[in-house]
Amino acid sequence: MSASRKGPAWLEPLSHLVLLAAVAFALYPVLWVVSLALDGVQRPVARAIPWPDSPSLDNFRAILFARGSSGEWLFVRQLTNSIVISAATALTAIGIATPAAYALARFPDFVGAKGGTKALLATQMFPGVASAVPLYMLLDKLRLLDTRSGLVLVYATTAVPFAIFQLRGAFETIPKDLEEAAMVDGATRFQAFIKVVLPAARPALAVTALFAFMSAWNEFILAATFLSRESAFTLPVALQRHVGEFDAAWGKFAAGSIIVSVPVMALFYALQKNLVGGLTSGGVKG
Amino acid sequence: MATLSLRSIRKVLGANAILKGIDLDVQSGAFVVLVGPSGCGKSTLLRTIAGLETPDEGSIKLDDKDVTRAEPRERDIAMVFQSYALYPHLTVRDNLAFGLRLRGESESKIKARVDEVSQMLGLGALLDRLPKDMSGGQRQRVAMGRAIARRPKLFLFDEPLSNLDAALRNQVRIEIKKLHASLGATMIYVTHDQVEAMTLADQLVVLNSGKVEQKGPPLEVYARPASKFVAGFLGSPSMNFTDAVVSDDSTSAVATGLRAPIDRQRFGALERGRKVIVGIRPHDVTVRKGESSAHGYRDGAAPTEIIVSVEVVEAMGFEAYAHGPVGGAPFVARVEATADALPRRGDKLALSVEPAHVHLFDPESGRSLEGAS
Repeated sequence: MSASRKGPAWLEPLSHLVLLAAVAFALYPVLWVVSLALDGVQRPVARAIPWPDSPSLDNFRAILFARGSSGEWLFVRQLTNSIVISAATALTAIGIATPAAYALARFPDFVGAKGGTKALLATQMFPGVASAVPLYMLLDKLRLLDTRSGLVLVYATTAVPFAIFQLRGAFETIPKDLEEAAMVDGATRFQAFIKVVLPAARPALAVTALFAFMSAWNEFILAATFLSRESAFTLPVALQRHVGEFDAAWGKFAAGSIIVSVPVMALFYALQKNLVGGLTSGGVKG
Repeated sequence: MATLSLRSIRKVLGANAILKGIDLDVQSGAFVVLVGPSGCGKSTLLRTIAGLETPDEGSIKLDDKDVTRAEPRERDIAMVFQSYALYPHLTVRDNLAFGLRLRGESESKIKARVDEVSQMLGLGALLDRLPKDMSGGQRQRVAMGRAIARRPKLFLFDEPLSNLDAALRNQVRIEIKKLHASLGATMIYVTHDQVEAMTLADQLVVLNSGKVEQKGPPLEVYARPASKFVAGFLGSPSMNFTDAVVSDDSTSAVATGLRAPIDRQRFGALERGRKVIVGIRPHDVTVRKGESSAHGYRDGAAPTEIIVSVEVVEAMGFEAYAHGPVGGAPFVARVEATADALPRRGDKLALSVEPAHVHLFDPESGRSLEGAS
């Protein structure tokens, strides 16, 4: 990495300057959000350097300790909703997609495999919002409006096909030799799948679960459509209520945004080892 | 230890017949090597024996029990894969124990076996490592250990050395040979490497296009190849082939620059003028000193003579190879590698060959003419 090897000496400080500019560009809006969250004033004042006028944690307190109409602790309720719905979506996606993806990866010629794959691909081409009205009617018929399970069902319709594609690719990269070695060693195909293929696919499973979790965690439009009780809200819906038609509490909104992003950051941090992947390396030559 | 018997094994994949009726008997404790070029069906045959492929026709008996349709796990066979196929998430210890655990062996027995195998293969220091933290040679050893730990009826090796570098390959090859001697197990080994095939096998099976071309003890197959294919496949450098005709007196096969004596005991009385392919191994010729080079080739001067106009000389150190055309075909002769004996480009080498080392093949079928008439 020495400057002499990469090019002339003046190139290195220059590249650092460019990188610094890029980082500043990317972080600037985030700094604004932090500044707003820490400011007592709800209306942002346009200025070059984002810095709070009167720093306080009032916005965070207002978000964290808000009470609902019947006196329940709204934040905890909504955080639980978000966690339960996102986790259930991720589990459903992984649970359904794993065997499906394995079958598509290992037996690509079974009847319906090709048609099924195309149908799954088609579901990925439409935005979820396009099906909001029919889904609303379905959930209404099933009496699942305003419920966690209703939203999980809706999210799974998009999370499952996506997870199938992700995992099919991952299973295709796991050498068949591994399963065959396990079967010669005395395993049934199912045992080989559970004991050898799944552990080898762990990084892919983690990433897929994380994606499903995050897309459910961040989803707003469908949640806002299907949820009407404040205590049933997920965090993004609750967050949006701070920005009304006639009044916008930007400070609270900013504080809420930070709070909502903390769990996702924590999850990324916890799974980063798996995100790097490479668990199958060394199992087979090449 | 087990006996294995294959009868009329056929396997078709898509439109291609991969195995076209293979018959093979493997005695208990034998080391059988299946050898052949890429695409000859040797790996498919091995996978069929393992139960990873099901034959379209034919039967497989292991210790007189029909296992043709049995699942791999029901066959009590161990297989070492070309890719090693170590379980990447398990340590060496758990890789070795994997098959034993699946079979519900007690932990004390598993520990004893793992210790025994790791001692046998020198894996003691690696037991807690993951496959990704080991070298190719170490992984290969673990793959063999995993097979040995199970004490299976039959060991299958699918080109286990092809991913190792040359030096390590030689070393592991000798270890496999020792292992066979100490375990006394029945082993079937697939390779395209003729050195592995020759050195490891008790019984060599040469496959070509899904058929058994020849089988027998390796030296016998080498010395008496049943076809031009086998003759050309075994031996390095390969056997020289020259189109020739049987001489008027039927005592030799002649072509431009070649007069090869015919061993009548082996080939009988061949009709004069008959077209044949003469096969002579580079190592079976002797340089006729004093007649080479300056003397050139004198027609009919010697009963057995090969004249090579040297184009290229490869000195290997312990021996050298002189390349040049004979009868319109390329010819390689082994010569001494000493500085004064080494031929040069442009030299004419006069070579002689013993009748016992001349092989004759039918130009149409490629089969050996030995005992044909």
